[in-house]
Amino acid sequence: MPTALTASPPTRKPEPARRPPARRLRDRFYWWDLRVSPYLYISPFFLVFAAFGLFPLGYTAWVSLHDWSLLGDDHSFIGLGNYQQMLADPYFWNALRNTVSILVLGTVPQLLLAIGLAHLLNARLRGQTFFRMGMLLPNVASVVAIAIIFSQLFGRDFGVINWVLEMLGVGRIDWHAGVASSHIAIAVMVIWQWTGYNALIYLAAMQAVPDELYESAKLDGASALQQLRKITIPMIRPTIIFTVVISTIFGLQVFAQPQLFARSAADSITGGSSRQFQTLTLYLYEHAFNRGFQFGYASATAWLMFLLIVVAVVINYLLVRRIRSAS
Amino acid sequence: MNRRGPGKLVYLTLLAVVFFSSIPLYFSLVVASHDNSVIGQVPPPLLPGPNLLENVRRVFETVPFGAALVNSLIVSGTVTASVVLFSTLAGFAFARLKFRASNALLVIVVATMMVPTQLGIIPLYIMMSEIGWTDSLQAVIVPALVNAFGVFFMTQYLREALPVELIEAGRVDGASTRRLFWNVVLPIARPAAAVLGMLTFLTAWNDYFWPLVVLSSPENYTVQVALSNLRSGYVTDFSLALTGALLATVPLLLAFVVLGRHIIGGIMQGAVKG
Repeated sequence: MPTALTASPPTRKPEPARRPPARRLRDRFYWWDLRVSPYLYISPFFLVFAAFGLFPLGYTAWVSLHDWSLLGDDHSFIGLGNYQQMLADPYFWNALRNTVSILVLGTVPQLLLAIGLAHLLNARLRGQTFFRMGMLLPNVASVVAIAIIFSQLFGRDFGVINWVLEMLGVGRIDWHAGVASSHIAIAVMVIWQWTGYNALIYLAAMQAVPDELYESAKLDGASALQQLRKITIPMIRPTIIFTVVISTIFGLQVFAQPQLFARSAADSITGGSSRQFQTLTLYLYEHAFNRGFQFGYASATAWLMFLLIVVAVVINYLLVRRIRSAS
Repeated sequence: MNRRGPGKLVYLTLLAVVFFSSIPLYFSLVVASHDNSVIGQVPPPLLPGPNLLENVRRVFETVPFGAALVNSLIVSGTVTASVVLFSTLAGFAFARLKFRASNALLVIVVATMMVPTQLGIIPLYIMMSEIGWTDSLQAVIVPALVNAFGVFFMTQYLREALPVELIEAGRVDGASTRRLFWNVVLPIARPAAAVLGMLTFLTAWNDYFWPLVVLSSPENYTVQVALSNLRSGYVTDFSLALTGALLATVPLLLAFVVLGRHIIGGIMQGAVKG
């Protein structure tokens, strides 16, 4: 990538040695400008991110090794004590199971649906903009609003979903009470909010696939489904990897949906009366801000979550990479 | 791209998806416009009722929703202006200025998009209480002032839209980098800056976890925190909670109807090389 900067500055060299001082000052400014400005321009991002993004995350590891409460000034070093205590806590394992369950239930159908929708959109459709906007609509609503709305829709007594189920002869389900039912309800919120968004991302990638590939496939008599499996999916593999990784990172931190799905203030911290839908972030929130500010203990949770995210991303990356690349 | 015209089944499927995308929002309008006693009926009401304004009044009575709207505007407005400015500056540098390690630094920017910063919330809270910022809007604003996606997005855009020749010509005329930025780069970056601005505003407006943790007095709540409070206090008052949800969403829905196609363009543009 050639830029202008290689061309202009050296032209000043041949000037005579005796120059007016003002000129020299301007040259010096010019020289500094060329070298320093780029760093000046990118520095706000790096400084703010380092201070408020990276540093706190790293510092979490340090806090997690201490008996650290906001209320006391004494932060005694206890090594891996917090981790030992947490790994011995059945509620932690419960939260881990719930988180993974909601992640799988919410992400796998979502991304499969999104690929299918993108495939449908990737055709000569009338009303493209209408369909795209309709699909993205849920993404505009806040996660808080969505959780409140679905909590009502999934209500046992007055929820529309149970009313429909009853009409269909299935009968009412107490969505909040069960483990599987509450996980499904929360996964539905995630799916509803993010499917359209991911469909658009896939669509963008699909539009970059050369037409000729489809033309020749059609000559060979490939069906639409075969084209999707043999051409489209391998061609948009990098995008699929990207969305899987991002969904995993955010899915493991899910918080607002279970917190607001709960039916009472106490349940919103424990994730249901028997912790049936308490996620890891909710567990962290419970210990950090609702149980005497156990910052050391909650930091250990955060740090374990960080490690878990890294491991999950690597595993997912390796799994998705096995899609045969198109070459 | 499939060049054959799609069949009826495709249209029906897509219509069904749009239907399911909008139906929860419609039902929140139904519940928000009825009295609580009506919602308990079997079958549940399927059409909007007459009580919307009454419920809106109750929302403003129960939580300081007006203050929350102002707070959210302040937070989202400041964050948007800052993210757009800093992203354009950095995008200009990465796209058209030559400096050592620029490629490596851009890779770092992209990598930071994957850092789960939410997990650093406890030290962030400790930092904020050290500098006395807990329960203040700047605690919500400052960590959000920059954004890796924004930097990446503007870099991609300027690499395509900003001609090298324009910068060269400016240099020959002796323009400083700062002059180039204001007079050449900014006008060209405007369309992308608008899209980035909308996406940033949306994200800032809908942010929840950190504001919930760091803001404690009701007069400092953002809309989302006020909304969550509306619910936790009044468990069975669905009319109230859903009216709040509707109030928090409607401004964004209106903006989406007007600007939606640009937002879609932005998401798809940011995705291609993502």
